[in-house]
Amino acid sequence: MWEYSDKVKEHYKNPKNVGSIENADAIGEAGALACGDKLKIYLKIDNGIITDAKFQTFGCGSAVASSSILTEMIIGKSVEEARKITNKDIADELDGLPPEKMHCSVMGHEALEDALKDYFGEKEETPSKENTDKVICNCFGVTESEIVKAIKEKGAKTLDDIREINYAGGGCARCVPNIKMLLDKYAKKDIKLNPVQFILKINKVLETNVAHELGKDSGGIELVNVDGYDVYVKLTGTCSSCKNATLTLKNFVETQLREHVDENINVIEVK
Amino acid sequence: MTLVYLDNNATTMVAPEVCEAMMPYFSEMYGNASSIYDLAHSANNAVKESREIIADFLGAKDLKEIIFTSCGSESANMAIKGTLEVNKNKKHIITTKIEHPCVLNLYKDLEKKGYRVSWINVDSNGDLNIGQLLEEVCEDTALVSVMMANNETGVIYPVDKISEAVKMRNPETKVFVDAVQAAGKIPINVKDTKIDMLGISGHKFHAPKGIGALYVKTGTMISPLIVGGHQERGKRAGTENVPYIVGMATAARLAKEALNDELTRVKALRDKLERGILSSIKNSVLNSKSKNRVPNTTNIGFQYIEGELILLHMNDLGICASSGSACTSGSLEPSHVLRAQGVPFTSLHGSIRFSLSRYTTEQEIDYTLEKLPAIIDKLVKISPFQKELNEIFK
Repeated sequence: MWEYSDKVKEHYKNPKNVGSIENADAIGEAGALACGDKLKIYLKIDNGIITDAKFQTFGCGSAVASSSILTEMIIGKSVEEARKITNKDIADELDGLPPEKMHCSVMGHEALEDALKDYFGEKEETPSKENTDKVICNCFGVTESEIVKAIKEKGAKTLDDIREINYAGGGCARCVPNIKMLLDKYAKKDIKLNPVQFILKINKVLETNVAHELGKDSGGIELVNVDGYDVYVKLTGTCSSCKNATLTLKNFVETQLREHVDENINVIEVK
Repeated sequence: MTLVYLDNNATTMVAPEVCEAMMPYFSEMYGNASSIYDLAHSANNAVKESREIIADFLGAKDLKEIIFTSCGSESANMAIKGTLEVNKNKKHIITTKIEHPCVLNLYKDLEKKGYRVSWINVDSNGDLNIGQLLEEVCEDTALVSVMMANNETGVIYPVDKISEAVKMRNPETKVFVDAVQAAGKIPINVKDTKIDMLGISGHKFHAPKGIGALYVKTGTMISPLIVGGHQERGKRAGTENVPYIVGMATAARLAKEALNDELTRVKALRDKLERGILSSIKNSVLNSKSKNRVPNTTNIGFQYIEGELILLHMNDLGICASSGSACTSGSLEPSHVLRAQGVPFTSLHGSIRFSLSRYTTEQEIDYTLEKLPAIIDKLVKISPFQKELNEIFK
């Protein structure tokens, strides 16, 4: 379970600026009932200065605290200054949020952005500036290329792997379907081989990768049997009498088979 | 500071009598139950007596049917993996969508490993679709696994009837019952049922954390999860945890004696709490309306406000309860049990479980009923769903 900072506690216990503003100059919204988070923010703006701000929040302790502190941060600021506030600024102002709760600060930021768009008459969505690398996980600001990198370079295969590597999808989970699409597209598939294909593949690796190398020392290898993940082989030629045969089997043959066929393979020598 | 503990399905206070009974086995009778000298005999006798009490508690016919484990999760893992290990030719499992995560996640894992799992649904009251469950039983079914009572809603499932009907369809199919949330709350009697295995956990009925038991019917083959010494007749290696075994047995004896109190006084307090909340707080709804519920649990949704926020405010007044299952409260996903029941989003995120025990007093319930309306009122005022709430409060 997470531990909240004293600042967060103070703000969810006694939130500031709760409610709505009649005749507000700008209204912004973020989140949805189904996600368990929804925030509405109302602004009064005079000559480009935010003179009053109120909020209503459906959400957890940190969502209320983020909304509450955000209203305090923006009152008295110009709209331009308010636009520069990031979700990290909100979290910092609260003396930090637990990683699982970072999306609460994102929601505050989104609602503020939405309100300012309303004020500037920009509500009709303008296309995203960074088409090349779009942000997939808003909670932790993780982009598509970072997720693809986690899959391709760090070998992430599941959503949990991704969450461990760069937190993506670990917040509000709204981006989970998009991450799953990327996993489907880029992650290496574990295709289940049937026993015959499994043996054929082992044989192929032995013939091409292994026999070729052993042949350099006038040695050879024969596949004797496969039982589950246990692969029984017989060393031939000079290898059969070599003192380092066990080493060869474990360090070379088994490594090759584990890398190219299945990581669970055990190689056993038959004399 | 006031402390009102209404989260007894998460864990319970260790009963003072249990503490007292355990102490000598730390300090005086600390012998290894497997050793030869007198010091060990007292430990060995304590384990034997404890086994008798647990066998009686569950209605087992034979002492050999009781295996001591470290917790409910171990009991479940042992029953499930142990059964599949000795029935390798069968690759089908039937379970429910509302099992505890310790069982649920194990089945999800087995699904990835090639097992076919049939997930049986519940209706909006929380009751199980037993017809669907029985239809799924086939030649290939190795295991049927149903909990006796749900941890979040308290709904009771007729595991004795289910086991009977499953065996009619396939006598070879094994039946495992997770009775962790039933033990100490309702009577358990495996004697005349067709249940093959049943797991319990001590800390849910006033024993300490770290001790559990698995009932395995005579003639039911399972392979051990922990291999090593000959303890528990080779079914579960590891030196017997004598003080904790004694603790759980003492707790079981007390729970059995208090069962009548649980079914009358505790139930009356739960009903008072439930009725009180539903009548005084307009946006509250009862989540599981099933007629068959354990006497200590109620699950209530508060529309258009969020559960964690309710809990945090309750905590400030010394009231402990939980939202979702405690095991899933580290994540942001709403309760899988309430989702399976089709609880609407309007109250899904604002659902709170209150679970009482025989130590709960009427004053504590009155205190909760006095404080809760003001908390909910405060949070209703913060909610952006004012229009919807006005409709409810009109």
